[in-house]
Amino acid sequence: MSKSHLTRRGLLKTSAIAGAGVAMPTIFTASSASAFTNEPTGGTVTLGFNVPQTGPYADEGADELRAYELAVEHLNGGGDGGMMNTFSSDALQGNGILGKKVEYVTGDTQTKSDAARASAKSMIEKDGAIMITGGSSSGVAVAVQALCQEAGVIFMSGLTHSNDTTGKDKRANGFRHFFNSYMSGAALAPVLEANYGSDRKAYHLTADYNWGYTTEEAIVSSTEAMGWETVNTVKTPLTQTDFSSYIAPVLQSGADVLVLNHYGGNMVNSLTNAVQFGLRDKMVNGKQFEIVVPLYSRLMARGAGENVKGIFGSTNWHWSLQDEGSKAFVKSFGEKYGFPPSQAAHTCYVQTLLYADAVERAGSFQPCAVVEALEDFEFDGLGNGPTLYRAEDHQCFKDVLVVKGKENPQSEFDLLEIVEKTPVDQVTYAPDHPQFAGGSLGTCNNGG
Amino acid sequence: MDAIILQILNGLDKGSAYALIALGLTLIFGTLGVVNFAHGALFMIGAFCAVTLSKLLNASYTTIDESRTDFLGNPLKVEQPYVIDWFGPEVGAAIIDWSVPLAILFAIPVMILIGVIMERGLIKHFYNRPHADQILVTFGLAIVLQEIIKFYFGANPIPTPAPDAFTGSFDFGQVIGFDANQIIYPYWRLVYFAFAAVIIGAVFAFLQFTTFGMVVRAGMADRETVQLLGINIDRRFTIMFGLAAAVAGLAGVMYVPINPPNYHMGMDFLVLSFVVVVVGGMGSLPGAVAAGFLLGILESFASMGAVIDLLPGINQIIIYLVAIIILLTRPRGLMGRKGVMEE
Amino acid sequence: MLGLNSKDFRLLLLVAALALLAPFILNPFPADSAMAQFNAGYPDLMQRFVIFGVFAIGFNILFGLTGYLSFGHAAFLGVGSYSAVWMFKLLSMNVIPAILLAVITAGLFALLIGYISLRRSGIYFAILTLAFAQMSYALAYSVLTPVTGGETGLQLALDDPRVLGAAQSAQGNIPVPGLFGLEMRDAAQLNLGDWVFTFSAGYYFSAVVMLIAFYLSIRIFRSPFGMMLRAVKSNQQRLNYTGLNARPYTLAAFVISGMYAGLAGGLMAAMDPLAGAERMFWTASGEVVLMAILGGVGTLIGPVLGAGLIKYMENIISKINADILHSWFAFLPDGLEDFIVSIMYPFIGKGWHLTLGIIFMAVVIFLPGGLVEGGQRIARLFRRRKSGEAAKDDDAKQSTVAE
Repeated sequence: MSKSHLTRRGLLKTSAIAGAGVAMPTIFTASSASAFTNEPTGGTVTLGFNVPQTGPYADEGADELRAYELAVEHLNGGGDGGMMNTFSSDALQGNGILGKKVEYVTGDTQTKSDAARASAKSMIEKDGAIMITGGSSSGVAVAVQALCQEAGVIFMSGLTHSNDTTGKDKRANGFRHFFNSYMSGAALAPVLEANYGSDRKAYHLTADYNWGYTTEEAIVSSTEAMGWETVNTVKTPLTQTDFSSYIAPVLQSGADVLVLNHYGGNMVNSLTNAVQFGLRDKMVNGKQFEIVVPLYSRLMARGAGENVKGIFGSTNWHWSLQDEGSKAFVKSFGEKYGFPPSQAAHTCYVQTLLYADAVERAGSFQPCAVVEALEDFEFDGLGNGPTLYRAEDHQCFKDVLVVKGKENPQSEFDLLEIVEKTPVDQVTYAPDHPQFAGGSLGTCNNGG
Repeated sequence: MDAIILQILNGLDKGSAYALIALGLTLIFGTLGVVNFAHGALFMIGAFCAVTLSKLLNASYTTIDESRTDFLGNPLKVEQPYVIDWFGPEVGAAIIDWSVPLAILFAIPVMILIGVIMERGLIKHFYNRPHADQILVTFGLAIVLQEIIKFYFGANPIPTPAPDAFTGSFDFGQVIGFDANQIIYPYWRLVYFAFAAVIIGAVFAFLQFTTFGMVVRAGMADRETVQLLGINIDRRFTIMFGLAAAVAGLAGVMYVPINPPNYHMGMDFLVLSFVVVVVGGMGSLPGAVAAGFLLGILESFASMGAVIDLLPGINQIIIYLVAIIILLTRPRGLMGRKGVMEE
Repeated sequence: MLGLNSKDFRLLLLVAALALLAPFILNPFPADSAMAQFNAGYPDLMQRFVIFGVFAIGFNILFGLTGYLSFGHAAFLGVGSYSAVWMFKLLSMNVIPAILLAVITAGLFALLIGYISLRRSGIYFAILTLAFAQMSYALAYSVLTPVTGGETGLQLALDDPRVLGAAQSAQGNIPVPGLFGLEMRDAAQLNLGDWVFTFSAGYYFSAVVMLIAFYLSIRIFRSPFGMMLRAVKSNQQRLNYTGLNARPYTLAAFVISGMYAGLAGGLMAAMDPLAGAERMFWTASGEVVLMAILGGVGTLIGPVLGAGLIKYMENIISKINADILHSWFAFLPDGLEDFIVSIMYPFIGKGWHLTLGIIFMAVVIFLPGGLVEGGQRIARLFRRRKSGEAAKDDDAKQSTVAE
């Protein structure tokens, strides 16, 4: 009896054929014959799309799933090809990946690290997925990334913004296209200075968990560098729904800017509450009181409704971008689903394409070969301008968008307007930057 | 000082939401002896009554505006609400603007109906079953209700603002002699507090001063004797269930402008409202209300920056810590009666 | 046998057989067939079945015997997981010390919480346990992040100071938990025609632990101690009047049940070395309550069945998507196919909660004693039919004789 790590259905299919017709039930497969986990041997390759389908981020997950389905369609040669036509690399032919038809399985992360790992494991063990992607929070991304490292498959993270994902919790088998807290801070600071001046007193409300910490750190350090003073930082519980008792004391503190380091439901409620308290109508220290939301998403902006008008934040991508890649993507997504894609959908679509392209260029599904193909890969035409997948930490470096809640939206999707495209140089940092210290990639794992 | 006054205001506001939900929960405990895990869902459905009405009032037809284009470059579709056509731009806009207060009228019959159907169709069969079974069936019901709402409205919060007249905040500090902007409080939250006070007062008055209420109270104290007197207590309890559902639903309707509703807001409140009810003491209506306000105020104080600096994480656990202390010093909560849900 | 009466021994044998043959029983469909979606015989889910089985068995010792409803049991599971992962980080990747520490810390934690909470009964007790668990969750998620890893959970890292054993494997990866060289993720496969069966080391390790836990729980149920706990449930006041103090007994039950939860937490960490704070959230505590009620409170096997059903729904139903539905019904005419798919669609994939809620309601409405009651009804039905047939035969014989 030979040992193997995890199941691989692809391999089993062939061995099953070999064993078919043999009546004696004693065929144990020697799976060490395969070089890596879940090596696809038939005419298809299976990708695992692990997104939140229940819980507060279910709508974001649904949008991610739409993007994945679109990406699979394009990879298999269906539809109009979307961003495959504008992608600077032309390795993808529209005939699947390495000639194998792309199939996929879906799972529910529930935005819980345990459930996300269970779902990812079932994709790897049961469905023979060769790559896992998706997710809508950093906790899940970090947990699943570690799992994929252990199992020997590639993880292409979805929406995850915490510095830790490619900082202290980075893994060799994991890759992030989405931007991070540091980049948000670096991109926002100059815009805030230009609009609100360099003499401001900021009050931070921060979600009391890892992502909140890294975002607060990033925003505090980049705003203090341009002369702002941080009056106070207060942590708010993740489970908080009513932020009134945190917002009420803001004016008393003498602060004239409120920074909400919140995401999802927390952000929708804290921003709604802050506007309710009339903070934005107040004059403090002779200046108009302002609110800043470091990480914006369109779904959150929709939840907060009118309250987002005029409020600055940053985002990874927005459908109103006018480059060829973005236009192609918005067109094929919009025609298929009837509304423009969110930034979560964009990053997931791009990640899928990048993975497929790396496999094509490497000529193999072997995780270490894919890692090598992705490391220091430079590309363009995927909506964010020239982009680098840095080898040291597997983080994408690209322009960051600073956006503002639109004053006169034309439709329910037209909520944000782009204020500035912060060039990539301004948001690039050294791999050993203190905000990313600790942890190491380790070596890529093929499993098998 | 001003910070403390501010947090008392906050606490009263938070507490009124807790008290309203706990009040309905206690009505059901007290009258029917049922542990209703679907109570949070009733609160959530109340909130979605407001969303539904606002959507109905915004029901519109589309016209095509050739001069503008949408994201795909096609001519832009412009939505024109029927209400505006029917009532003219000014009255129509006012109706849409006031959709949340109007939703109160809409929610009362809907919630009473839902409550009565729930009681007659399901809860009735569980009076004599163990509490464990009641928990399972009402929890299952809560999930089903939640998923139905999610199916129709999605998982994202839906902004449903208060009428324009209530935007902005009231400078309470200036009234009592502080500087401007020191103690400000949003108008709608003050409305919420006043509304909660009225509802709580009405429920108490109803139970205290009407014959119906007297019979119900008698039934809460000793159901069998009341039945032996030839009174159909079941029918009255059904009505009380409907009333409890309406109280939860109204709490939800009025909560909508404070925080945009989503399908799991009921679950978020569920555990908290159980803690409130138990801290207040099982079967005690005044206890539930008092505990609601007490926990609301303490939660607000614990979220002050100075307090958090002193005791990191206190804002995360204050409610539970207080609950433990109260239950250890007062065996049946603040005002609980002996023998209710103690076995 | 083993100190059990024959009925209990048969039950233990049945559970043992089910556990050991689970890779076959849970994989009834060929790997490539459309129905393979319903196969649950892959290591992760099988491990979850038995681990949550352990958790539910332990919970049942408290709730089923004494009637004390703890609404914060997940806290012990979480504490167990954290202890185990810390043991992996600091001592060695062997699962035995990790699981031992998990059981001990969970037991101590349960002793502390139980000592305080058991001063109250009924719903007051439930809320006290809930409050402790929620405080543990909130602190673990936020201010205790240096100890618990907070949002991302406590994980192994490449630079863990492991005293016994290497910090990194030969390939430069984080080592995996094992039992004296046998890695928990090792697996062997058996191909039988189109069927594929996976035998995972981790699963069998957990299954053996579960069988021991199950055996101990039978012994507790049948012991004088168990009898005393039942007395607490049926009438604590009368027990007090006879001069017996029930508190030490209930506290012992609480601690034992907490240790079971710690064992489950330790096993979870051993199968997958990560401990997240969500494990302690009230929904996790609620889940084990639901498992026990769903299966049948106070029965030996019920909670295990309940645990299995809930985990099956969570992991299997949630993975069915519209594409899979279409492939099932592809043989139908297009219109009919779309119609059936659109009817089923709300109940699968992201709608798995809805299906779960409906099952909760259906079970409690139609099977008041939980799944075990359902099994008994079916068994009774068969028995009655059999005895009915036998009686008819007898009648026939008699009548022939009479003629």
